Amino acid sequence: MPTLKPKLAMYWAASCGGCEIALANINEALLEVDAHFDFMFCPCLLDTKRADIEALPDKAIFLTLFNGALRTEENLEMAELLRRKSQLFVAFGACAASGGIPALANQHGIGHVLETVFRTSASADNPQELIPGATSPVPGGELELPAFLQRVLAVHEAVTVDYTMPGCPPEPEQIVAVIRHIASGKPLPENGTLLGCTARAVCDQCGREKRGSLAARLIRPFEALPEAGWCLAEQGFPCIGTATHGGCGALCPAVAMPCTGCYGALDQDADPGAAALSALAAVVDPGASGGKAEADIHAHLHGALAGVADPLGTFYRYTLATTVVADRRPEVEP
Amino acid sequence: MNQRITIDPITRLEGHGRIEIFLDDAGEVVSAYFQVPELRGFESFCVGRQAEEMPNITNRICGVCPEAHHIAAAKALDELFGTPCLPAAARIRELIYSAFFVTDHTTHFYCLGGPDFIVGPDAPKEERNILGVIRKVGLDAGKAVIACRARNHELIKKLGGRGVHLCGALPGGWSVAVTPEIADEARQIARQNIEFALFSLETFHRIVLGNAAYRDLVQGDLYAHQTYSMGTVDAHNAPNFYDGTIRVVDPAGNEFTRYRPQEYLDHIAEHVEPWTYVKFPYLKEIGWKGFVDGPASGVYQATPLARLNVADRMATPRAQAEFERFFDAFGCRGTGPGGRNSPVHHRLATHWARLIELLYAAERMQELADHPDLCDPKVRQAVSCRAGVGIGSVEAPRGTLTHHFTCDEHGILTSVNLVVGTTNNNAPIGMSIAKAAKGLIHKGVVSDGILNRVEMAFRLYDPCCSCATHAIGTAPLEVTVRRSDDGTILDRISRG
Repeated sequence: MPTLKPKLAMYWAASCGGCEIALANINEALLEVDAHFDFMFCPCLLDTKRADIEALPDKAIFLTLFNGALRTEENLEMAELLRRKSQLFVAFGACAASGGIPALANQHGIGHVLETVFRTSASADNPQELIPGATSPVPGGELELPAFLQRVLAVHEAVTVDYTMPGCPPEPEQIVAVIRHIASGKPLPENGTLLGCTARAVCDQCGREKRGSLAARLIRPFEALPEAGWCLAEQGFPCIGTATHGGCGALCPAVAMPCTGCYGALDQDADPGAAALSALAAVVDPGASGGKAEADIHAHLHGALAGVADPLGTFYRYTLATTVVADRRPEVEP
Repeated sequence: MNQRITIDPITRLEGHGRIEIFLDDAGEVVSAYFQVPELRGFESFCVGRQAEEMPNITNRICGVCPEAHHIAAAKALDELFGTPCLPAAARIRELIYSAFFVTDHTTHFYCLGGPDFIVGPDAPKEERNILGVIRKVGLDAGKAVIACRARNHELIKKLGGRGVHLCGALPGGWSVAVTPEIADEARQIARQNIEFALFSLETFHRIVLGNAAYRDLVQGDLYAHQTYSMGTVDAHNAPNFYDGTIRVVDPAGNEFTRYRPQEYLDHIAEHVEPWTYVKFPYLKEIGWKGFVDGPASGVYQATPLARLNVADRMATPRAQAEFERFFDAFGCRGTGPGGRNSPVHHRLATHWARLIELLYAAERMQELADHPDLCDPKVRQAVSCRAGVGIGSVEAPRGTLTHHFTCDEHGILTSVNLVVGTTNNNAPIGMSIAKAAKGLIHKGVVSDGILNRVEMAFRLYDPCCSCATHAIGTAPLEVTVRRSDDGTILDRISRG
């Protein structure tokens, strides 16, 4: 039965399904989605095929929520296809926006991933040292697998993105607000706008008090018990809420855990990890250096910052696809 | 003239699966393959991370079961740092875990697996979905499904920080204690969950087991496989999702082995095939003998059905009553070695087993919520890291989940190995698909009904990502029958 409602699509690339669950967690508001939209493509849920999408006229889909990073050729093809068929294309969630957790693979490259998973992991039984790949002859015919891209991409690196909705995953309340706005027919913000987040830092929504003091040193979450009600960063915990978009409601600090930056860097012009690092370093007391030997100053600072033992995993946890630091040529595979 | 049938895409938990079926000249099935065309590589990129971040990184393996990875990683950290979990924190972890099992099994039964049975395996395809389920069991039931998911996710959010990727786990503890208000809420939710589980079982008995078409399917041979079964049990051999000993029984019901999660490498290895990105775990003592059934093959299943097969009893009263009813229904109660139940090998019974687990999870949640020390504030401890090894395991809804970390003296990970719930069942899924395809496809003829039944072989293992409130339709399927020599399309059937 044909419908005049605007078409809504949701697709997952290199993702975990958490964005789909976040959508499901809007609960009764899903009935509103159905009232306003023809929710017509979502491989997780709906009986629509890639061929059906290919058969649509260009721009036939009003809104596509594209989650997941681009890891394989197939992810890339689907991003290109859905971009072509959609009027509005939203990079939905941290993986689509900036690579997310899957982009941590860019630290070593795809060769390391395949070597680790199939050859050197503790339980792998692979005497022939097989690496699954493009074409495999099997009884009866041949099987194919999609190839990997050399590095994980954020979606905007491959196709034009109209809007980005950050979060790992985006919070259901924000999803509802965005969908209601779009369904209302109210004017849309200019292209490139971030949706479903605030223009201020996570700290703005955080109930913990900033006392204006500096931390003697950075400490890891297991090293000490945080004092209730007091800013975690000022206590030395590596909370990067100061450098991160609000919109989540400061959920992690509310349960005494540091913000890990999933809503993305507040400063859209800076390297995301560098911005997070600067923000965190700003809460650490550098100590008096007057009259001290250079080596002693260095040792003090080293100790003060040792609470971040993995800067890459701390500051670029969701953004490694979009950093300039990791954008190096892939290693030549032997 | 050989033919090839491609089913692409099918829906799976983490995105995209594909089925390839090869036919001989007569149109009979030669072989069938379940392929997973994606890989993110957590075992690689978690190396170099701070160990304490594993609960918050590995939960991103899966947004459907982040709780399973979060808790398995937390248990591995307890051991890695040499800091046994504080009792109050362990109760919180298991309370969250029980609420999670309720939501996960609810989602699967009503939105994914259930429609084929509640609505019926031969119902028109446009009816085989959650809306069809609601039409069959009533709008109130649909609202009850939404409410069940909502209340449990809300509790997970309050105790774990977030509704999807929770963040409360720490080595040896949990980040926040339970307040009296949350305790009251948890007690109320647990009771509502028990009511909901009983309602779901009643629905299953009334509509599903009363449906002759379904009974024939579940009791027939098409979906039966005689493999080993694996699951985690307590000291009394009752299933426990949070902690215990891993028990494996053979196809006849004899205990084959039992081991601590830390010993998993003595018992499990993962075979690699070049045509899929997912590995194939098998029992090491027997060895990888290919995709075959029976006691001489190392293939095992780790599913709700497997967990009932390895159990001698359930730890809670209502679940125990249903457990007995289940084995009675298949004529397996007390007929196994030493008076044990014989394993149920009819794989479609996994749907029933899942509901028994739903009831157990709700009852277990009530026990935990009623614990006198639930609000004990001692949930978090200051600890230090050390070089070492940590292995943690839980029963994920889809099977035994193991996280295995090694780290240096700075608590930086030097290796990570993960044996994931769904991965355990990679070989059984392929075998079930192949058996269904061989039993259903003859003379090259395929149809919508055949596709649905092939898909049912797959779906019983895999809850997939789902929408408990408004899922419409079934997994997208397209079958293309091509000549294998030149790729000429002979036939194309879509279910849509």
